Amino acid sequence: MAAEPWQAAGFGLYVHWPFCQSKCPYCDFNSHVAAAVDETAWRQALVSEVYRVGAELGRRPLTSIFFGGGTPSLMDAATVGAIVDAATEAFSPSNALETTLEANPSSVETGRFLGYRTAGVNRVSLGVQALDDTALRALGRLHTAAEARAALDIAMANFDRVSFDLIYARQHQSLSAWEAELAEALAVGTDHLSLYQLTIEPGTAFGERFARGRLRGLASDDLGAEMFEVTQAMTEAAGRPAYETSNHARSGAECMHNLIYWRSGDYAGIGPGAHGRITVGGQRVATEAARAPGAWLDAVRTRGSGEVLREGIPATEQLEERLMMGLRLVEGIGLDQLEGLDQDRVSQLRADGWIEPDKDRLRVTPAGRPLLNAVLRELLT
Amino acid sequence: MTDPRRIRNFSIVAHIDHGKSTLADRLIQLTGTVAARDMKEQLLDAMDIERERGITIKANTVRIEYPAGDGETYILNLIDTPGHVDFAYEVSRSMQAVEGSLLVVDATQGVEAQTLANVYQAIDADHEIVPVLNKIDLPAADCDRVSEQIEDVIGIDATDAVQISAKTGLGIPDVLEAIVHRLPAPSGDRTAPLKAMLVDSWYDPYLGVVVLIRVIDGVIRKGDRITMMQTGAKYGIDKLAVLRPEMRDIPELGPGEIGILTASIKQVRDTRVGDTITHEKGGTTDPLPGFKPSQPVVFCGLFPVDSAEFEDLRDAIEKLALNDASFTSEMETSAALGFGFRCGFLGLLHLEVIRDRIEREYGIDLITTAPSVIYHVYMRDGAKIDLHNPADMPDLTHVDRLEEPRIKATILVPDEYLGDVLKLCQDRRGEQLDLTYAGSRAMVVYDLPLNEVVFDFYDRLKSVTKGYASFDYQMTGYRADNLVKMQVLVNEEPVDALAMMVHRDRAEMRGRAMVEKLKDLIPRHMFKIPIQAAIGGKVIARETLAALRKDVTAKCYGGDATRKKKLLEKQKAGKKKMRQFGKVDIPQEAFINALKMDG
Repeated sequence: MAAEPWQAAGFGLYVHWPFCQSKCPYCDFNSHVAAAVDETAWRQALVSEVYRVGAELGRRPLTSIFFGGGTPSLMDAATVGAIVDAATEAFSPSNALETTLEANPSSVETGRFLGYRTAGVNRVSLGVQALDDTALRALGRLHTAAEARAALDIAMANFDRVSFDLIYARQHQSLSAWEAELAEALAVGTDHLSLYQLTIEPGTAFGERFARGRLRGLASDDLGAEMFEVTQAMTEAAGRPAYETSNHARSGAECMHNLIYWRSGDYAGIGPGAHGRITVGGQRVATEAARAPGAWLDAVRTRGSGEVLREGIPATEQLEERLMMGLRLVEGIGLDQLEGLDQDRVSQLRADGWIEPDKDRLRVTPAGRPLLNAVLRELLT
Repeated sequence: MTDPRRIRNFSIVAHIDHGKSTLADRLIQLTGTVAARDMKEQLLDAMDIERERGITIKANTVRIEYPAGDGETYILNLIDTPGHVDFAYEVSRSMQAVEGSLLVVDATQGVEAQTLANVYQAIDADHEIVPVLNKIDLPAADCDRVSEQIEDVIGIDATDAVQISAKTGLGIPDVLEAIVHRLPAPSGDRTAPLKAMLVDSWYDPYLGVVVLIRVIDGVIRKGDRITMMQTGAKYGIDKLAVLRPEMRDIPELGPGEIGILTASIKQVRDTRVGDTITHEKGGTTDPLPGFKPSQPVVFCGLFPVDSAEFEDLRDAIEKLALNDASFTSEMETSAALGFGFRCGFLGLLHLEVIRDRIEREYGIDLITTAPSVIYHVYMRDGAKIDLHNPADMPDLTHVDRLEEPRIKATILVPDEYLGDVLKLCQDRRGEQLDLTYAGSRAMVVYDLPLNEVVFDFYDRLKSVTKGYASFDYQMTGYRADNLVKMQVLVNEEPVDALAMMVHRDRAEMRGRAMVEKLKDLIPRHMFKIPIQAAIGGKVIARETLAALRKDVTAKCYGGDATRKKKLLEKQKAGKKKMRQFGKVDIPQEAFINALKMDG
């Protein structure tokens, strides 16, 4: 019998820092703009959450730590250090522990990079988003393209592993403009890139404008599809092919933490609104922390836990999650982990050319990758 | 029993929204018929749909006791009738049971098409008519102009019109006095053999069938043995009551009185509206003329979205039919939609009301197919077929000719929209019969094919006139025309539920409009989908729905699994509302929306 994914895929700790200097119009993450943050209180609360989870999971071997947000590069290096130290004590860190921090490319924040390195961070992911000042303003970003380039230089000088994000299919962006921007991005030379197509999410400023018909110049479905295709071809030619729908890396430079998500491994989530998937006594459970920063802090202080929801995930839903997450990976999913899958539907999708004719893995073909949601609908609905 | 001289029986005639139900509420309230704590709006409209849409669907009755200014107490029986054209026949029957009508006209709007249609029925029934101008509290009210219009258009004297505001209660006592002094008392002979009119009947889950009666001559008592003269059925009366508006038992009803009886009657279909009720022994030998039963004119298929709910649908339809003899149904099988029912309705509103009730009261999601009228198909061998489902259209080589039902439509419209209305009628193959003016409004009369009207004519009319036109129609007869059956093929497969009868000259236009609509209504699939309209084997319009090229979530990390799963649940629910044709999923609302025309 094959190992369960939670045993095979490693274990990660996600730490959510919910604060931002300003809210970006496309972002629907749990982020908040606060005038002042009592960082000592937050540090204590996050550290206590690390110990709580560590105690519950019995010093499990730890593959990765990921500081996400919000804007975790607004944290003091000392806070990051305290949390990393706590994690190393509460869990059994692997020799190759990956510790990632998401950062904004502003000068203030790059000034903390050395401190973060000292605190144990060995990988940064920069929210560059665009290499064009007009586009950056439209996306509500506070940095310029020049600052982003400077930040990338500093990051690459401080960390072995650097990634950055770009958003494409932006308003009024042409195919050739994206090709040029992507070529520039690849020339920076990081071994990892996250390339996201702009998605209009409900509940965001863009979502609201879109609903009122006021968001102009969005890419048509066809243009979006062409941009996706170009992205696949260019990153592959540059030696950083897609390993996931929106993530590209040189072989071996993939983000270990995110691979845990896509391979349905276990991860603990701490901080406001953080989700976790952990296996307790053989049962996989979903956890969720209080979403509002104030409520979360209160919960940790008064109840000793920020967790507000914990429920077992039934087998059928586990299979659904495994497919939704795993098929995003180019490597696909081992068939031994897909018990209960409707084989007739798989055969049909294979015959139609959306799924690779692989014997022991379920993998989406290059043609099927931009249609993954449709493939999942065929498999699951 | 009440002295007929102290009885007044009346109905209220009004256009929708002119305040009929509010006036009825006020009459009931002012006379203390219903305790203040039990009072609610549109008291007589029992169904949610009636209250929600502000319309009356079933005739309702209330008995009001009114101590008049002359010191006498009168019994006022109000029969509140439906205002909508679909239920015109029901109105005409109810009118036969009363002697007078209040003609309620909105003093800010004036006479509308429904006012006309209904008031002519009242005139036909020899009613005494009291004009009532409502909404005089509004600044836009113009009583002089509207009175003049009543005289010009309808031809009745409006100098003594009662001016009221049903909303504020202003003038309501004047209405009550006018009912007593201006409407005639019923006549009738208490000593003659029993003669009572069956005005209406409905099903009550506790009492069985309840029959509304109006006594003409004689006296009816609880326990009496009665005969329905047309059906010949005999019953013993279990219960005799008046409606206030709840049932209140009464030992007997005499001439001029209106009330209800129950007699262990099982189905509404066992009663015939207009039938004459008399005593089994010593009854009258002179029955009332009776009424034609109302006939459905619009048909459509009703299918459960979830085919597992077919039995539930059957049950719902049977229950609704218990109470509505004008609603017909028979089982239908569609290659596309599975098992369902072909149902007949009095009109589109009737269709919508029944559909809403099935969805709401019985919780069944429905797919409604294109409404159709009854075509007369004359075969070469001399046979005649009544076709009410385009899917059953026989092979054209055997058909001699096709006839379709036509209507006479009356539309009242402010001048500035006249051009749009004429164009709409012409586009729908109408032939103008008359065009006259009443003040600043035109009255347009058109001969139109019913099949051009059943679907969205009324919606279009409202939209081109910004809601200012009013519309009414009556069936006139059948006429031969060049009609063909148009098929729609999705991904090369004919979708029977989208087949329709169209005029040959309009087929290409309809076909084009339909495939264009479907192209927008069907979501993109992983492959491209041809959508065609065809007559016989000939394709007359074609569109291609391009294949989906990109549908993938850009970001999906640890916190997104839960969110994405919710999305998947939503898609699963969405898929349930689709119907599969070969490999193509068609959303249920596409079946109706594909037919809507923009012009």
